[in-house]
Amino acid sequence: MSTSYVTPSSTPDAGAPGGDPVVPPSAAGSPGFGPASRLTCRECGSSYALGAAYACEECFGPLEVGYDFVDVTRERIEAGPPSIWRYSCLLPVAAYAGDEPNLNPGFTRLVRADNLARALGMTGTLWVKDDSGNPTHSFKDRVVAVAQSAARRLGLSTIACASTGNLANAVAAAAARAGQHSVVVIPSDLEAGKVLSTAAYGGILLAVDGNYDDVNRLCSELVGDPLTEDWGFVNVNLRPYYAEGSKTVGYEIAEQLGWRLPQQVVAPIASGSLLTKVDKAFREFISLGLIEDTAYKVFGAQATGCSPVAQAFRAGQDVVRPVRPDTIAKSLAIGNPADGPYALDVVRRTGGSIEDVTDAEVVEGIRLLAETEGIFAETAGGVTVATLRKLIASGALDPAAETVILNTGDGLKTLDAISNVVGVTATIPPDVDRVTEILAARAASAASAGS
Amino acid sequence: MSVSVRIPTILRPYTGGASEVTIEPGEDTLAGVLTALELAAPGIAARVLDDAGTLRRFVNIYVDDEDVRFTDGLATPVKPGAHVSIIPAVAGG
Repeated sequence: MSTSYVTPSSTPDAGAPGGDPVVPPSAAGSPGFGPASRLTCRECGSSYALGAAYACEECFGPLEVGYDFVDVTRERIEAGPPSIWRYSCLLPVAAYAGDEPNLNPGFTRLVRADNLARALGMTGTLWVKDDSGNPTHSFKDRVVAVAQSAARRLGLSTIACASTGNLANAVAAAAARAGQHSVVVIPSDLEAGKVLSTAAYGGILLAVDGNYDDVNRLCSELVGDPLTEDWGFVNVNLRPYYAEGSKTVGYEIAEQLGWRLPQQVVAPIASGSLLTKVDKAFREFISLGLIEDTAYKVFGAQATGCSPVAQAFRAGQDVVRPVRPDTIAKSLAIGNPADGPYALDVVRRTGGSIEDVTDAEVVEGIRLLAETEGIFAETAGGVTVATLRKLIASGALDPAAETVILNTGDGLKTLDAISNVVGVTATIPPDVDRVTEILAARAASAASAGS
Repeated sequence: MSVSVRIPTILRPYTGGASEVTIEPGEDTLAGVLTALELAAPGIAARVLDDAGTLRRFVNIYVDDEDVRFTDGLATPVKPGAHVSIIPAVAGG
C-alpha cells in the first residue's frame, strides 16, 4: 500500500493520497500539467504530488494546485485563442490542452449594463460577465475543460460528477465531444430542462432521491471504490484542477476591462469556489505584474433558502454551519459548501459583504436583468441581480463605483422559475382589430400608470 | 453491539487498506464509535478529530445517512447495526 503523500522533503516518486496514479512533480512544473507543480493543503500547507487527490491526509483540508509560473505576459495571453486556453500558462494544463477534443469554453462577453444600472440607481459603470454564452450555457464548461485535461493526463477514461444541473450538462457534453464515458449524478428533483439537456448528450445519468449534499456524499463514497478506479469525478478527486478553471472568469474580466480591475464584483455562492477563484485570478494578475494593484471588493450572493455562508458572514463566524436547502435556485443549493470558509475570508479581506434574497426576489432579479439588458439568466443570475439591489439599498455596495456582476447560467435552463409570472400578453384570433384594441388598452394603462 | 464504519481512501493506510471495518463500541454514541475505531486502527482518531477532540472542519461523518452536524455531533446516538461513514468535506460545487 502506498503511504501516499509527499512532503516538501520527500522523494518525488512517492504516490499521491490514496495511491492514485501520479505524475512526478518537478520544480518547473510537470509534464502535461503546464506550470502546475504540486498540490498543497490550504489548511496545513502539506504538499503532495500532482494526482487524482483532493483532501489532505494530515487534516482533511482541501488540496489546491501550486504553480511555478514562467513567461506569463499580456502579449502571450492576447495571442492565444478566444477561449479559456489563452490562459493555459496560468492553469494546470499542458500548452496543447486546447488542441485536444473539448468544448473550447470561455472568453464570454462582458456586457455594459447601463439600463440595469439606471434601474438600480447606480451612477458607476455596471457590467455583466455573461457566462450563459458558454457551450452548455453556464460557467461550468470552464471548470470541466480543465478537469477533463487532468483526467487525460492521469489516465482516467470516464469523467463523472455530482451536479445541481449545470455541471451535469457540461460533463455530459464534454465527454461526448471527446469520445469519453460520462457518469452524471444529480438530485432527482432537478429542473426538467437540466435533466433533459444532460440526457441528450448520452452517457449515464443517475437521479438520486435526495438533495445535492446527498448526491455529493454518494460520489465521495464512490471515489476509492474499485468500481470507479478509472473515473475522474471532476468535482471530487479532480477538484483541485476543476476549481482552477473558475480563475478564467477573473482573468477575462480584467483583460476585457483593458487589463485592470473593477472596484466591485458580485458573485453567486454555491460551494464558494467561483468567488474565491475570481479573487485568486485578480491576485495572480497583480503578482505577475500584468495589472496594477488597485483596491477591489468582492461580494457574495445566496438564496435565503440556502444561505449558510451569508448567515456565517452576518454572525461574524469563520465556520459555515450546514443547512438543508429549500430554494428555487437549485444551482446554488449546496447546504454544506466546501469553500464557504474561504469565501468568507475573501469577502472580509476585501471589505465586501454577503447577502441573501428570497425566491420572490430571485424571480424579480431574473425579470429585471431580462427587461433592462436582454439577458435571460437562470435562477443563480436572479440571485446575483437581486443581491446587488439589496447591497445597494443597505449601503454595503457603492452605487458610484464600477461593478461587475456574474451571470453564471442561461435562463432557458430554469424556465419553471418564471413560468407563473410571465406569459403571453393576450391570446387572440388573427384579427387586426384585436391587435389594435390590445395596443390601445396597453397605452391607456401605461398613461394611467404614469399620471 | 456491532457497527460498520466506511473508511475514505486517505484513511485506509490505518485500516490495512480496508474500505469498511466493523467494530464493537463500548458506548452507543459516535464518540464511542471513534474510540473503538482508534483501538482497531491506531492513529486514525487524530486524523478525524482536532487537538481539542472535536470533529475537524473538513470531515463529514454520517450515522445512518444523517450528517452528525445536524444531530448531536460526537454525542449522536449510534444503534446496533448502524452504518457510519467518514467522508472528506471538500467535494462539491
